[in-house]
Amino acid sequence: MPRHATSAAMAAMMALAFAAPLAAETAPQDVAFTEYGSIEAPLIDSAGDPEEGAKIYADKTSGNCVACHVISDRPDAEFQGTIGPPLDGAGDRWEAAQLRGIVVDAKKTFPESMMPGFYKTSGYIRPGDAFTGKAGTEPLPPILTAQQVEDVVAYLATLKE
Amino acid sequence: MVSIHLYTRAALVSAFALVPALPIMAETEPETTDPIVINGGEIELPTAVPAPAHLDGVFDQIYSGWLFRDSETQAMQLDDFENPGMIFVDQGIDDWNAVEGEAGKSCASCHEEIESMKGVRAVMPKVNGNGELWSLEDYINDCRTNRMQAEALDWDGDRMKNLTAAISVQSRGMPMNVAIDGSAKPFWEKGKEMYYTRYGQLELACANCHEDHYGDWIRADHLSQGMTNGFPVYRLKQAALVSQHNRFRGCIRDTRAETFPMGSDEFRALELYVASRGNGLPVEGVSVRH
Ligand code: HEC
Ligand code: HEC
Repeated sequence: MPRHATSAAMAAMMALAFAAPLAAETAPQDVAFTEYGSIEAPLIDSAGDPEEGAKIYADKTSGNCVACHVISDRPDAEFQGTIGPPLDGAGDRWEAAQLRGIVVDAKKTFPESMMPGFYKTSGYIRPGDAFTGKAGTEPLPPILTAQQVEDVVAYLATLKE
Repeated sequence: MVSIHLYTRAALVSAFALVPALPIMAETEPETTDPIVINGGEIELPTAVPAPAHLDGVFDQIYSGWLFRDSETQAMQLDDFENPGMIFVDQGIDDWNAVEGEAGKSCASCHEEIESMKGVRAVMPKVNGNGELWSLEDYINDCRTNRMQAEALDWDGDRMKNLTAAISVQSRGMPMNVAIDGSAKPFWEKGKEMYYTRYGQLELACANCHEDHYGDWIRADHLSQGMTNGFPVYRLKQAALVSQHNRFRGCIRDTRAETFPMGSDEFRALELYVASRGNGLPVEGVSVRH
């Protein structure tokens, strides 16, 4: 192996080793819910970015929240769904801990809710490998990462009326 | 913290009480329930009929999926020359008459004109003489392998879909009337259980979309009651005929679940249960959806 490749590999490994403690995050199975389904502690040390959250909200391949929800000042998000309640004013109605709980696993807040859990990895019936229709193995990758959940929560908190 | 939370919940609860039509519970009824008038009045298919007795407390009315499509898509089903599915009906009729297999027979050798299939689609799937639940595809392949000594057709292959389309059209306008009691009962129960099972990482059951939220929009899709009386449907998105099991597979795949194979016992049972939810709606096949 040429020397520069070795050192690049080394650098990558070092970066990984340092990255882990920097971005301490709670794994999906370790998330602690309150009795009413809130999650008090952020899932990751680094703060949520509301702008990033706004993108994830409308992005078909990650959050895709627009499939079910409407936010009136999001004309950029085409085809907003009507399954769940409009999210205008969600930041007035709910605290960050509650919003975090709803995004991670809405069924802890609203039993039987149709809303999927976005940071949940096991306990499914016939879990699939993403949208392939083939079997997946639990724990599945969560639909959103810890950082993405915090980004979305930060975005929802900005929705005031 | 907790008291704020309780306050929020209480506010929500009272909001529910005041505004019963919150979108969460929306079952948005179609604006009109005009019949599908085909070929300038030659054929009229009702799009709304009273729900079958086994859906008491679930639905009052059952609706054709046609009502939930945009007007351009709807229009294509109003004229057999505009209906892209009808080409495949013609191809299916050709196949009906074509001799194939060691026995030197065609479907027509035993059944004569395809019109003899009138009524068949309306009662499918049904339990056969051996107590097995069979779909139309199974009956077709049974004739092919045992009576024609030809090869079985692929469940989702073009030739199979063409034949099921040609056979379905013979029953156009007849109300769906699948049997759900007697020997069909255990299959029906199994299908019903599947219908209410929340599959996959998105934890969604058929009922979440097609019972609780028909009339709502899930992104760009206007949800129907998920009826099967129009199958096989010509789907614009796929530019092809789509079989019932293919549709089920797609809907389950969209929940991030492991699907069942087309032609599996599970999908036969689901087919029976879903068909029974549409008992009373006319056979529409070949319908057009996008
Ligand atoms: C498949 C449908 C669906 C998807 C996808 C979905 N939700 Fe929901 N959501 C619902 C439903 C239904 C409710 C109402 C709660 C209940 O079930 O009673 C809800 C409730 C909520 C609430 C509380 C609403 C309020 O104003 O009181 C928030 C906040 C929320 N969702 C955010 C999100 C976010 C953020 C995403 C994406 C990361 C998302 N939802 C994706 C269906 C969905
Ligand atoms: C996440 C939502 C969702 C779930 C869950 C779902 N479907 Fe669907 N289904 C759709 C959408 C969207 C369409 C296309 C629009 C329409 O006709 O409702 C559709 C269409 C259909 C159709 C075609 C209706 C027609 O008139 O062409 C059938 C049949 C159907 N679904 C059956 C099922 C069955 C059975 C299940 C469960 C195994 C199921 N669906 C689960 C979203 C869903």
